[in-house]
Amino acid sequence: MNGVHDMGGMHGFGPVRPEADEPVFHAPWEGKVYAMRRLVGAWRRWNIDAGRHSIERMPAAEYLRTSYYEKWLQSLEMLMVERGLITAAELASGRADPAAPKMTPPVKAADIPVIATARGSSERETSVPPRFAIGQKVRTRKINPVGHTRIPRYVRGRTGTVELDHRAHVFPDSNADFRGEAPQRLYTVSFAARELWGDAANPADAVLVDLWEEYLEPA
Amino acid sequence: MGDNHDHDHDHVHDHDGQDVPSATALRVKALESLLVEKGLVDPAALDALIDTYESKIGPRNGARVVARAWADPAYKQRLLKDASSAIAELGYSGAQGEHMVVVENTPSVHNLVVCTLCSCYPWPVLGLPPVWYKSYAYRSRAVIDPRGVLAELGVSLAEDVSVRVWDSTSEIRYLVLPLRPPNTDNLEEEALADLVSRDSMIGVALPVAPEGRAR
Repeated sequence: MNGVHDMGGMHGFGPVRPEADEPVFHAPWEGKVYAMRRLVGAWRRWNIDAGRHSIERMPAAEYLRTSYYEKWLQSLEMLMVERGLITAAELASGRADPAAPKMTPPVKAADIPVIATARGSSERETSVPPRFAIGQKVRTRKINPVGHTRIPRYVRGRTGTVELDHRAHVFPDSNADFRGEAPQRLYTVSFAARELWGDAANPADAVLVDLWEEYLEPA
Repeated sequence: MGDNHDHDHDHVHDHDGQDVPSATALRVKALESLLVEKGLVDPAALDALIDTYESKIGPRNGARVVARAWADPAYKQRLLKDASSAIAELGYSGAQGEHMVVVENTPSVHNLVVCTLCSCYPWPVLGLPPVWYKSYAYRSRAVIDPRGVLAELGVSLAEDVSVRVWDSTSEIRYLVLPLRPPNTDNLEEEALADLVSRDSMIGVALPVAPEGRAR
């Protein structure tokens, strides 16, 4: 979707302001939100792409107004209700429905060292040969998917060169809507800065973007 | 803490000067107690996970990877060929670091990492991202004005140095291998790691000279 989250190339957000000696979490609730989202995720009622999409579905003004962990909180509440882990009434009241069965958390404290270093993967086996080769010129398709997508607006309809081939990965556009993982080839495509931004850009510079095969066509 | 307002701390000061919990802190507390009551999360697991990212998984991990690559040419070759496996040799793996690619700075190439669509970041080697990395300013500008962003952050590059900006749009996570500073031939790996800042592994800083201090 052409949402406000797709920020590459926008103007007007001011300077980048680093914070000296920044803490990992700026308040205890931020850590709680982070940890709740990860551990509720262990119920596997949604996937990482649906999680990203839920943040993108926030109203644009609300997206801009809220902090990173406020977005995580809002989308966590939304996902839990949508995917049936809690009801809207439970969320509003803060109390469990007395009729609902008590569940057992899938992750205990003793599991955390394993959870923290476990290697999941979005790579999937495929027998489909790659359509593009490293070094090949490709053009990104001019598309405007209304759902979740990982092709930023600023590279659509542009010509670049395949730089890396990452084999097949889960396709977010499909997975985010629970329409299946539909794995397909993933490439890193290099775009000259001038191809994206015009002659004002430095001729030596490039932007490299990870793009799924469906986003690309031969140049 | 979006870009334009202050951090929402757990407590705000009311007009009597008393500490009262912020609305967000109360909302999070209510959600936590609901999830615990329903048996959806184990409260001790929440605390253990928070502690993991506050005290165990952070940019020191990435600094050790860089220092090893500087000290051991064979390791560096493995790192550039298959970063996930080479990083796992040092014991670092996990969420948001499953598919690592290490990009090497040279005298003629400077790499910079961003995620314009959200805030993807290699957690196992750098920990959780700083606020500026997640800021709308960085996400919007890093791809269109990387040299302007770098200059603001104190890094000025020659015009003929190629800036390569990696936009993390998939589950591939990028780590910059900075140039080894001069006059560090006699340093051991741990001392080399002290020179490697978090920001140098994102590409918005250069490693400090031995007498300096890593940010």
